Amino acid sequence: MLRVRNIEAGYGKVKVLRRVSLHVSPGEIVTIIGANGAGKTTLLKSIAGLLRTWSGEIRFRDKDITNGAPESIVALGCVLVPEGRQVFSTMTVRENLELGATVRYKREPKEAIQDDLNRVFELFPRLKERQGQLAGTLSGGEQQMLAIGRALMSGAELIMMDEPSMGLAPVIVKEIFRIISELRKQGKTILLVEQNAKAALSISDRGYVIETGRIVLQEPAEALLENRDVQRAYLGRDLDAEVEI
Amino acid sequence: MRRSYIHILLYLALIVGVDLLTHALGKSYYLTQLTMSFYYSMVVLGLVLLMGYAGQISLGHAGFFAIGGYSTAVLSTINLMPYKEKPIIRLLESMGFLLMREDLYGARILSFNPWIGVITAVVLAGVVAYLIGIPVLKLKGHYLAMATLGFGIIVYRVVLGTPVFGEADGISDVPGFQIFPGLSINGEMDTKRMNYYIASAIVLVLLYLLMNLINSRVGRALRAIHGSEDAAEAVGIDTAGYKLRVFVLSAVIAAFAGALLTHFNGGIGPGESSVMKSVRYVAIVAAGGMASLWGGLATSMVLNFLSLRGYFGSYDDAVFGAVLILIMLFAPEGIIKIGRRQ
Ligand SMILES: Nc1ncnc2c1ncn2[C@@H]1O[C@H](COP(=O)(O)OP(=O)(O)O)[C@@H](O)[C@H]1O
Ligand SMILES: [Mg+2]
Repeated sequence: MLRVRNIEAGYGKVKVLRRVSLHVSPGEIVTIIGANGAGKTTLLKSIAGLLRTWSGEIRFRDKDITNGAPESIVALGCVLVPEGRQVFSTMTVRENLELGATVRYKREPKEAIQDDLNRVFELFPRLKERQGQLAGTLSGGEQQMLAIGRALMSGAELIMMDEPSMGLAPVIVKEIFRIISELRKQGKTILLVEQNAKAALSISDRGYVIETGRIVLQEPAEALLENRDVQRAYLGRDLDAEVEI
Repeated sequence: MRRSYIHILLYLALIVGVDLLTHALGKSYYLTQLTMSFYYSMVVLGLVLLMGYAGQISLGHAGFFAIGGYSTAVLSTINLMPYKEKPIIRLLESMGFLLMREDLYGARILSFNPWIGVITAVVLAGVVAYLIGIPVLKLKGHYLAMATLGFGIIVYRVVLGTPVFGEADGISDVPGFQIFPGLSINGEMDTKRMNYYIASAIVLVLLYLLMNLINSRVGRALRAIHGSEDAAEAVGIDTAGYKLRVFVLSAVIAAFAGALLTHFNGGIGPGESSVMKSVRYVAIVAAGGMASLWGGLATSMVLNFLSLRGYFGSYDDAVFGAVLILIMLFAPEGIIKIGRRQ
């Protein structure tokens, strides 16, 4: 579904990503783990078209999307839930969700979008209760749910999530990961970036390890969880955040 | 929206009330400055959309206003009599693009129909704004402010230094703009009241159109861009495209206003294009509450009227600079709260 080949990207003259390659197949949950500053956000932004890549190629559903316009990448079915949630805080929950469907209004009937809104409300009943509330007044966990819901409203098949558990209480983290598994059951494909490696890997099929802009390891998720280097480097501190599904 | 209709009714009542009041007090000459204020307010309304909703600042809107005013001034005063027999001129005349009139001394002058002038004004400003906006609005942040500042200075120097534009004297003897028979924008004494009502009606129509735009999906997308440009991009909003369209729209409105005021005043001078005028528009939008059409309109009408009546004396420009500083220091949300959303 998604195939990234040897991409390089960075800021100004500073190169961050060095010949990064990865792929995601339909129906998979794939996690990228890596330390702070390794380049995880940079990688997702490059795929989403929010940052220009310097070289390499990104293909999504057999189309070249390298350096494509973000709106056309979303329209093709690849959407990013950005790091730090980034909800539109001065707008209502409902407006946030409707904005998520921006790329669909021209080509789809209103009813289809309304159906998806109801589906998001089923997945996140709390958002339904708070639909008229300003997004800025939601709790961190609710904002994360809103950010995910907003991405789902685009109708995309591949959802990329940048550290969805960041800054959330363990019980909320658990809820978020439960929802991610639920999304896969509903047919979505997920590319996840996490520092909360153990919880993320425990719901994933495969994982990549990124270090200073390079992919250094690619294995099935269970194998990564067993890998001693990975355990030492990334799994040490979050033993209590394990999720049972 | 309900509240908006009440605002519109209040607006109409106020327009008629002010007319009757000035008439009763024998001060109907106030209507002239009010009419001019309406035209300046159009620029402000366009900027409310650009600044308050798309979150972009333009320091060059006096430049667009001047492009509008000078375009129609040049086209409607140029004398084509010497070329009257040329086929191209004959063709234009047969198409109704040209108009014959007599000047003060009874000499016959053949110029472009003000309709052509006004349309040219609007199209030209739109094209210029588009060309400035395309490269600049792809960038995030406040690059538009810098680019338009440069643009404004260029327009000012060009106008001051070019004979066709009358250099420091500007262009005078611009004829009235007959919208259709019986309805004409001009500065004649006997049409003062009519012009006051024409200007207030044009502003009302503009308000109505902009209100609809703001309450549409476009308005929501603009507020999203204002809230977080990165997030707006991530959800698939064409941020550069929206910003560009709003910038072009606001420039077109400014040029339209400039063209109409030029016909009303019967001329235009380089002062209209000065950077201080652009700062003035920005100050008014800020004082009016940034994202408030009604607030911007009310502030604009009051401050422009006072300025045009000369209440600020030689501190005229300084007053607007001071307003901008005070707003930024003490009330970045603006002082007028009417008509604000949420
Ligand atoms: N906007 C930026 N400008 C310059 N450097 C940046 C910017 N964003 C991130 N970086 C740098 O790029 C590197 C990778 O950052 P990032 O992709 O955010 O890492 P991660 O998401 O894995 O924590 C870091 O060294 C960071 O300092
Ligand atoms: Mg990051």
